[in-house]
Amino acid sequence: MSTVRLLVGTKKGAFILTSNEQRKDWDVTGPLFGGFEIYHFIGSPLDPKRLYASQCSEWFGQIIHRSDDAGQEWYPVSNEFKYQGDPGTHKWYDGSDKPWEFKRIWHIEPSRVDVDTLFAGAEDAALFKTTDGGKSWVELAGLRDIQGHDWQPGAGGLCLHTILIDPENANRMYVAISAAGAFRSDDAGQHWRPINQGLRSEYIPEPEAEIGHCVHRLAMHPTRPDVLFMQKHWDVMRSDNGGEQWTEVSGNLPSDFGFPIAVHSHEPETIYVIPIKSDSEHYPPEGKLRVYRSRGGGNEWEALTHGLPQEHCYVNILRDAMAVDSCDQCGIYFGTTGGQVYASSDGGDHWQAIVRDLPAVLSVEVQVF
Amino acid sequence: MVFIELPPQLKTLIKQNEAVGLTISKPEVSLTHVIDQLEHDYPALKGTLRDPITKKRRPKIRFFACQKDYTFHDPHAPLPQVVRDGQEPLLVVGAISGG
Repeated sequence: MSTVRLLVGTKKGAFILTSNEQRKDWDVTGPLFGGFEIYHFIGSPLDPKRLYASQCSEWFGQIIHRSDDAGQEWYPVSNEFKYQGDPGTHKWYDGSDKPWEFKRIWHIEPSRVDVDTLFAGAEDAALFKTTDGGKSWVELAGLRDIQGHDWQPGAGGLCLHTILIDPENANRMYVAISAAGAFRSDDAGQHWRPINQGLRSEYIPEPEAEIGHCVHRLAMHPTRPDVLFMQKHWDVMRSDNGGEQWTEVSGNLPSDFGFPIAVHSHEPETIYVIPIKSDSEHYPPEGKLRVYRSRGGGNEWEALTHGLPQEHCYVNILRDAMAVDSCDQCGIYFGTTGGQVYASSDGGDHWQAIVRDLPAVLSVEVQVF
Repeated sequence: MVFIELPPQLKTLIKQNEAVGLTISKPEVSLTHVIDQLEHDYPALKGTLRDPITKKRRPKIRFFACQKDYTFHDPHAPLPQVVRDGQEPLLVVGAISGG
């Protein structure tokens, strides 16, 4: 029987939640790195024992931890994230020019073909790559050539939070940056171009500008890498041509604001979002925690509520805090800023809280092996 | 032997409960010497007290010794001889935070 392992990053440490294919009973281990923010906690798809955790704090800076034995022992790898050349400036909140400055790693994306290759998304926004398991990092600086001097942070910071690698073509990559937009490379990250055609954002001077859109998350199904789904600051979008053109698919959602978006592991047109009331409130509409599922790739959505609190719920679900597993019956997981981790082992029809009282959850990833 | 009293989070990181002892064979010991040796002996601490590239002290880190604040002293200036001789520890303190 397979093992299902959740890797949960929180404001005060990391947790490992383990079960079997039934996903009824869970063993909870942690906190690892107690007291530290773990922005992202992920395993290699090639070696499930190879784990990485991005730890950051305002006091002690950035550390990337690596484990080669599924979290029994940890050791730090390089935290030298150096921008290539003279990085120049980007725009600050007041419109002034601010020198690029590394703050933290938001997201780590392990390669699907080489266990020692990883990509890391940084704040201030940049993409870094290692080919030696984290011993050294190099910036893929071509990304910042795309009007990087005009990028301006949103309230959450100028962060590169999403990295998608085309499973059929390792040269094709997508990234998303808050308040800058989505970008695509067709040469393994050396050169980039914006892919924001069709996005409309009323909160920027030119609502259909080439850059400046606050993309919250991108998702794809591995068997259809040209089909992308996006949760934007407002609006849920899809593209059927690798980001060349986007179409809004918010449909009947109670709010099209939110952070995470995920695709069912066996049904490429089944997608999930968790609507949040607004950008100022950052909690579910009507105090009801509802996952919304569309079986047709958007536009028509159904609320999934069984097992989720339907009154007095005012938590948020952050962009990296939802994941799907690859079990025969697709499992869906998400963590909240209230410290709950919810799981469904039947594609979202029924939910249970695996744990209820963790620190605020920043990220959730799942492994099946 | 120079003794360093680290904040609890960093003790957790290097699995130490007590003050860390460092052997620094120099007639005078500066903050820079101490942090260089600390990062050498405990690689997990690299970048935690100062930026790993610019070597600038992290803004919320303080250094105290002998009831004095050495945070804003020249990092290359010698620390008191009693610190160098291990009679007084160098205290590394994270800025306090409430809430």
